[in-house]
Amino acid sequence: MSAVSTPPRPVRRTRRLPSFVPWAVLAGSVVVGVLLSLLSGELTPTGAILFGAVVYAIAITAISASVEGGRWARDRLATTLVTGAFLIATIPLISLVALVATRGSLRFGWRFLNDDMVGIFGAMTEGGVYHAIIGTVYVTGIAAIVAIPLGILTAVYLVEYAQPGPLKRAITVLVDVMTGIPSIVAGLFAYTVFVIFVGPQYKSALIGGVALALLMTPVVVRSVEEMLRLVPNELREAAYALGVPKWLTIVKVVLRTAIAGITTGIMISIARVIGETAPLLVTVGLVNNVNFDAFDGRIATLPVYVFRQYAQGGVSVDRAWAAALTLIIIVMLLNLVARLVSKFFSPKGVR
Amino acid sequence: MAAVTDEPAIRRGPAPGRLGNSIFKGFSLGSGIVIVVLLGLVAGFLLYRSLPAILASREQLEGVGFMQGRDLLSYVLPLAFGTVLSSAIALIVAVPLSIGIALFISHYAPRRLAQGLGYLVDLLAAIPSVVFGLWGVAFLMPLVGPVFAWLSENMGWFPPFSDYQAPARNLATAGLVLAVMILPIITATIREVFLQTPTLHEEASLALGATRWEMIRQAVLPFGRSGIISAAMLGMGRALGETMAVLLVLSPGFVINFFVLQPGQHQSIAANIASQLPEASGLGVDVLIATGLFLFLLTFFVNLAARAIIARRAEFSGAN
Amino acid sequence: MSKRIDVSDLNVYYGDFLAVEGVTMAMEARSVTALIGPSGCGKSTFLRTLNRMHEVIPGARVEGKAVMDGVDLYGKGVDPVEVRRQVGMVFQRPNPFPTMSIADNVLAGVKLNNRRMPRALAQETIEKALVGANLWNEVKDRLERPGSSLSGGQQQRLCIARAIAVEPQVLLMDEPCSALDPISTLAIEDLMNELKNDYTIVIVTHNMQQAARVSDRTGFFNIAGTGKPGHLIEMDDTSVMFSSPSEKATEDYISGRFG
Repeated sequence: MSAVSTPPRPVRRTRRLPSFVPWAVLAGSVVVGVLLSLLSGELTPTGAILFGAVVYAIAITAISASVEGGRWARDRLATTLVTGAFLIATIPLISLVALVATRGSLRFGWRFLNDDMVGIFGAMTEGGVYHAIIGTVYVTGIAAIVAIPLGILTAVYLVEYAQPGPLKRAITVLVDVMTGIPSIVAGLFAYTVFVIFVGPQYKSALIGGVALALLMTPVVVRSVEEMLRLVPNELREAAYALGVPKWLTIVKVVLRTAIAGITTGIMISIARVIGETAPLLVTVGLVNNVNFDAFDGRIATLPVYVFRQYAQGGVSVDRAWAAALTLIIIVMLLNLVARLVSKFFSPKGVR
Repeated sequence: MAAVTDEPAIRRGPAPGRLGNSIFKGFSLGSGIVIVVLLGLVAGFLLYRSLPAILASREQLEGVGFMQGRDLLSYVLPLAFGTVLSSAIALIVAVPLSIGIALFISHYAPRRLAQGLGYLVDLLAAIPSVVFGLWGVAFLMPLVGPVFAWLSENMGWFPPFSDYQAPARNLATAGLVLAVMILPIITATIREVFLQTPTLHEEASLALGATRWEMIRQAVLPFGRSGIISAAMLGMGRALGETMAVLLVLSPGFVINFFVLQPGQHQSIAANIASQLPEASGLGVDVLIATGLFLFLLTFFVNLAARAIIARRAEFSGAN
Repeated sequence: MSKRIDVSDLNVYYGDFLAVEGVTMAMEARSVTALIGPSGCGKSTFLRTLNRMHEVIPGARVEGKAVMDGVDLYGKGVDPVEVRRQVGMVFQRPNPFPTMSIADNVLAGVKLNNRRMPRALAQETIEKALVGANLWNEVKDRLERPGSSLSGGQQQRLCIARAIAVEPQVLLMDEPCSALDPISTLAIEDLMNELKNDYTIVIVTHNMQQAARVSDRTGFFNIAGTGKPGHLIEMDDTSVMFSSPSEKATEDYISGRFG
């Protein structure tokens, strides 16, 4: 702050705020936020945070404008808004996980996971998701059996074989578009196919599996494609130079090198479809008992179970939350394991 | 492999692996073609099953209970309107937020943190839509209720904000849930584009004495503009087809209006199918499939347009 | 196991673009042939035609003849895979397979081709190839470690071991030392001197001292300008090329006046 008395310098110095100022302003804003929230009626955390954030944005911009000038004030405002946007985005994730964990833990437990819904009615608090877990494994399994080979082979075609031309362009564009198919449309498609070819009375895990496969395939194609492109060309050339035919090069060098990334991508795509509700709602329906036959009869699945139990109201709502917790645990585990696979099994030295 | 033989080192004739090559190439080409055919089949089957509804006479359609005597067009239009309006609300909220998040991850957060933060946002994408629906009812509705009430009281002269009625089972809440659900895909796409901003441009801007915000306005945002547009359209494609969140949150209605704070006004195509199909029969099924075909075409072209913008950008920037 | 290659009137195209034109040369058995020239003159492109590696790039094709042991590499019924088994190649950057151990990298030519090999023979092959590549003493205690755990120079020698393990007739080397430090470069150059007792070696290099040190004969490639095809300007014994070349362009290039 001695800049006032020094003679003019060749480089003009901008007066900047000391680094503690934003924090001090933040602390002040929180206090003002709490007060404003009190004034507006009752003190709620939401209100305090909301008012506090607005006060901080205004205060830091004003203080900066008076000390540092307009350019830096705009920079401070932008920083505040950008950081704020990120903080807002964390609210849904944190609140959702916390909510599902607290409400779900009411019913969640070993018995809940090992029980089905046979003989559960009225205000009975027993019952569980065993049958729905079996169904979800069946439906997702069928989808995976179809989507994984189809997706990997299509990605191999796009990366290793396709020459630039209309067919490659068409497949690329359609895979992109396919990732955007509404899940309910996939459900309708599977529904109509089976109504037309098998008959309207036929219900089974197979229909749901077909619907999910349609949703899963493009996700698999995309992630595998990305992983194959990461394999350096030098490795392919090394194999060719040893007189290895192209298909063996692809299987034993390219796919082998990318296997960790491919596994990760596939697990994430499974996590993506395992929670799909709408297509299963219109295809496989819901039952109360375990159905071990994937090709005959309605079958319960976790997402549909969550929806139906919630829609029933009363004590069933607790079961819905517990099932939602089950679903989230499965999805998070899949994601976690997927990340670990790519972290620990990726070959070193490939970029 | 003797050093001196009469036999030439290189054998003529079919090489080893030729059969394997043809089989493997055939399979992968076949898979690519299956994907093309599959999409054609989706459109084909939906069209085939919607034809009876499209060709049905007014009298026949009157037999379908849930249509309440409307013809197909006046049944689809309010649904389409509700679908598009909820997606629009979602976009208005999600796009600015996503730009902020993407900027935070790409240019503000410490580099070591950035990847973890990106992963955090990606986790949102992994959460099943039905759980989002529950969250919307149990967490978001009580949260936004007072805000809506305040808006309605103080800014009720603005038609969309008029006459809020609790609980908040209205299109605005549904749109907000959708916004959260499409946040990850929009953020991921925008972040990707922002990270591709040529470092030279950024450094040139900073070297001229620009603040970080000025650098972002001069170098990052212009570079990412088409990326933002296509990201928004990808998000829109997602929001248009989302079923469960709307089904759980919204109290349905079949009116075309902008009263997004009132329950019982709107409904989306996807949620309508999910709620009616399990009980529908005969021509009713065909009508619902016809609305599904409409939704398919809508999302198809929105996604196609988004991809076209991305592709054009890739050509211009020379990056691929 | 060493054969000579005779190339006559070879043109290389990428699509419509003529990259290399009218090359005629002989690469003698049991000797090192060096190809030198400025960047983009087509020497690497030419090298890759000798084991048909250029065909990996879509649209690349060749006119003319390259005869090894009485068989035209581009003759009817000759499959590129078969050619590559006889003409091995070492690349600019070391590229061991990251998912394989050192031992498996040496046996890659066998394993990737789904061929079985008795254990004893496999051990023998590994040792022979690694000894041949001057790497055995450094890695014999850690054959099961991943190939990527080695230093750059060791990785390149591992790649050479991998190439000679399949017992080719010819060994092509595309700037094998350009990614290596001087000490590793020296190790590879020494190795080349030993390898030429058993193999026909063709090396592309930007380093003229290297060409002078290791090669018996040297070919000089040049282009008239960007977009024009590359030509073989002259070829002679290395000692002649570096002392009294007959072409002005060669002398200019070798004495460092351009390029």
